[in-house]
Amino acid sequence: MGRYFAIRIGRAALTIVLVVTFAFVVLRLSGDPALMILGPEAPPEVLAAFRKAWGLDDPIWFQYLDYFGAIAKGELGRSMRDGRPAIELVLERIPATLALTLPAFFFKIVLGIPAGIYAALHRGSGIDRAVMMTAVAGFTVPSFVLALLLVLVFAVQLGWLPSGGQDSWRHAILPIVTLSLGGAAVLARFTRSAMLEVLGQPYIRTASAKGVPWRKVVTSHALPNAAIPTVTILGFMVGTLIAGAVVVESVFSWPGVGRLLVVAVANRDLAVVQCILLLVAMTMVTSNLVVDFLYGFLDPRLRAKGAHA
Amino acid sequence: MTPLVSIEGLSVAFNGVPVLRGVDLSLQKGEALGLVGESGSGKSVTWLAALGLLPRHAKVSGSVRLDGREILGARASELDHVRGGRVAMIFQDPASALNPVLTIRRQLCETLALHRDLSGEAVKAEARRLLDLVGIPDATRRLSAYPHEFSGGQVQRIMIAMALAGNPDLLIADEPTTALDATIQAQILELLSTIRRETSMAMVLISHDLGVVAENCDRVSVMYAGRIVEQAPANQLFADPVHPYAQGLIGALPPLDGPRRRLTAIPGTVPDPAHMPSGCAFAPRCALAAEPCDLATPTLAPIADDRAVACIRAEASRRALLGIAAE
Repeated sequence: MGRYFAIRIGRAALTIVLVVTFAFVVLRLSGDPALMILGPEAPPEVLAAFRKAWGLDDPIWFQYLDYFGAIAKGELGRSMRDGRPAIELVLERIPATLALTLPAFFFKIVLGIPAGIYAALHRGSGIDRAVMMTAVAGFTVPSFVLALLLVLVFAVQLGWLPSGGQDSWRHAILPIVTLSLGGAAVLARFTRSAMLEVLGQPYIRTASAKGVPWRKVVTSHALPNAAIPTVTILGFMVGTLIAGAVVVESVFSWPGVGRLLVVAVANRDLAVVQCILLLVAMTMVTSNLVVDFLYGFLDPRLRAKGAHA
Repeated sequence: MTPLVSIEGLSVAFNGVPVLRGVDLSLQKGEALGLVGESGSGKSVTWLAALGLLPRHAKVSGSVRLDGREILGARASELDHVRGGRVAMIFQDPASALNPVLTIRRQLCETLALHRDLSGEAVKAEARRLLDLVGIPDATRRLSAYPHEFSGGQVQRIMIAMALAGNPDLLIADEPTTALDATIQAQILELLSTIRRETSMAMVLISHDLGVVAENCDRVSVMYAGRIVEQAPANQLFADPVHPYAQGLIGALPPLDGPRRRLTAIPGTVPDPAHMPSGCAFAPRCALAAEPCDLATPTLAPIADDRAVACIRAEASRRALLGIAAE
C-alpha cells in the first residue's frame, strides 16, 4: 500500500513539474513582457533596463534554472506590474473564487447526482428524457453563453439580480447558478450511465432473487457500486475549485483567481501566471490523489491490488 | 396432492417478440426437475418470469401458483417474501453474481435477516454454519472477505449458502456449473444432492448438459423455442426419447460404452423468435416433418403415465427410433 502511494505521489510531482515547465516556456515564447507592460512607445533603453531588471535578457535555460532555484527557497517571484509577491496577489483572490466555486460544487452534487439516479431508475420515462435533454443542453452550452443568457433574463429583462461585481451576496447568485448548471448536467449524465451499468449487473438480479426489497437493492447494492465511477468526475470537479471559474468570473467581473489569471496572461505578468498555474496543478494533482485513495476505500478489489503493487 | 409449483400457459414477450410461448409445468414437493434445451429456448426466462425478476419491459402472462397461491403479478412485498424465502435461485456465472463491494457476511446475513427470525449473534452463527455446510473452510475468518478473494467454485458454494439461508422449498439452479471446470462441477453437483437429501428441498436444474441432468434429476422437461416439447422421467427420456428434437439432443451424445457410432447432429438452427414458423417450431429441422406439422402448434399431450410430448408424429418418431419400419 505504501509503495503504491509512493509511486502515485512521485507521478504527481512529475506532473506538476511538467505543467510549470510548459507554462514557463510558452509564456516566454509568446510575447515580451517589457513591451506588454511598458507599451510599444517606451524608449528602447527603458525596455532594456526593464528586461535586465527582471532577468529577461538571460538565456531561457538560465532563467528556468533560476526559477526552480527560487521555488526551492519558497520564492514564487514578484508581479512585474506592481512589484508585490505573486503568491500574495493570488492568495488574496482565492476567497472570492471559493465563494463561487464551493457553493457551486455543492449544488452540482445535490442537483446532478439525484437527477442521474432518478433518471436511471426510471429509464425511458418522460422524466428520464427531460433530465437527459436538460443535461445535454447543460453541457453543450458554453458557460459564457449561459452566463450571458442569465444576465439577459435576470439582470436586464427582469432586473432581479445585478449583472456583475462583488458588492453583496446577490452578486454571487448568477455566477453560482452558471457554474452549478453546467456541472450538475455533467454529473447527472455520468451518474445515470454509471447507475444503468450497475443495474444491469448479475449481482443486482441476485439481490432481487434473495427477496431484498427494490428500494434496498438500489441503496445498498447499486449505489455503492455506481459511486466508484462517479467519484472520478467529482475528483475532477474538486480540482477545478481554484481556477475553474475563469470564464464566469470574467463575464460577471468577479475579482477572483480566474480573472487575475486572464489579466496576468494578457500582460505577460510571468510570475503571477506561473504562480496560478502551479497552484492549479497542485490542486488538480492532489484531488486526483484523493480520488485514487477513495477508490481503494470504495472498491475492495483495488484495495487488494494496491496492497500487492 | 397440490403441486409445490404449477405453471400454466406462461408466456413472455420482449418488445412484442414472444420468447416464451405457453409453458405448462408442475413440480411436486422435494422433486428434482431438469430443464434442458438450447440457449434461447426459454429455460431461464421461465423461472425469471415466474419470480418476477424480468425487466419491466417484458410482457408476462399466464399463471404461476406456489402451493396453490397465484404469485404472478403479486404485490412486491409478497414476491419479496417468496423470493429467497420460498424459492431461491442460483445463477450461471458465480463471479458476477455476488456484489463485489460487499463482504460475504453482509450478503449472507442480509438474506438471513430477511427470511429468518434471527437477530444479533444468532445471525452470525447461522452464517458460519451455512458456510461450513457448503464446505468453505475457516468460515469465521472468511466471512469478512470479499467475493473476489474466492475461487469460482467457492463463490458458487457461497451462492448456494445464500440460497439455503432462507430455508427455501425450491431451489432454481440456473446452469450452476457451466462456468466451472469439470472437477469443481462434480463437487458442486455433489453438494447440491447432499443438501437435497438432508433438507428434502425441491430443485429445478436448468442446464444444457444432458449428462448433468440425467444424474441429478427425477424428471426432465425438454424445451424448444419457448415451449416444452417433451416431459418424462429422466431414465425413460434418455432411454427412449419420443420427440424428434429430444432424440436429436440425445443422439448427439457420445455413448461411453458399446461400439463407436457416428454422432448425429440436428440440421439447421433454432428459429428466430421474431419469425417463428407456423405450426410446430421444430418442423423445419425435423426429418419426420409432414404436411400437418405446419398447420397447428402441437400441444403437450400425455403418451404414458408421467410422460407427455408435443408432437403429432410422436408415434412415427418412436417407431423410427426403435427401427420399426412404418407401414
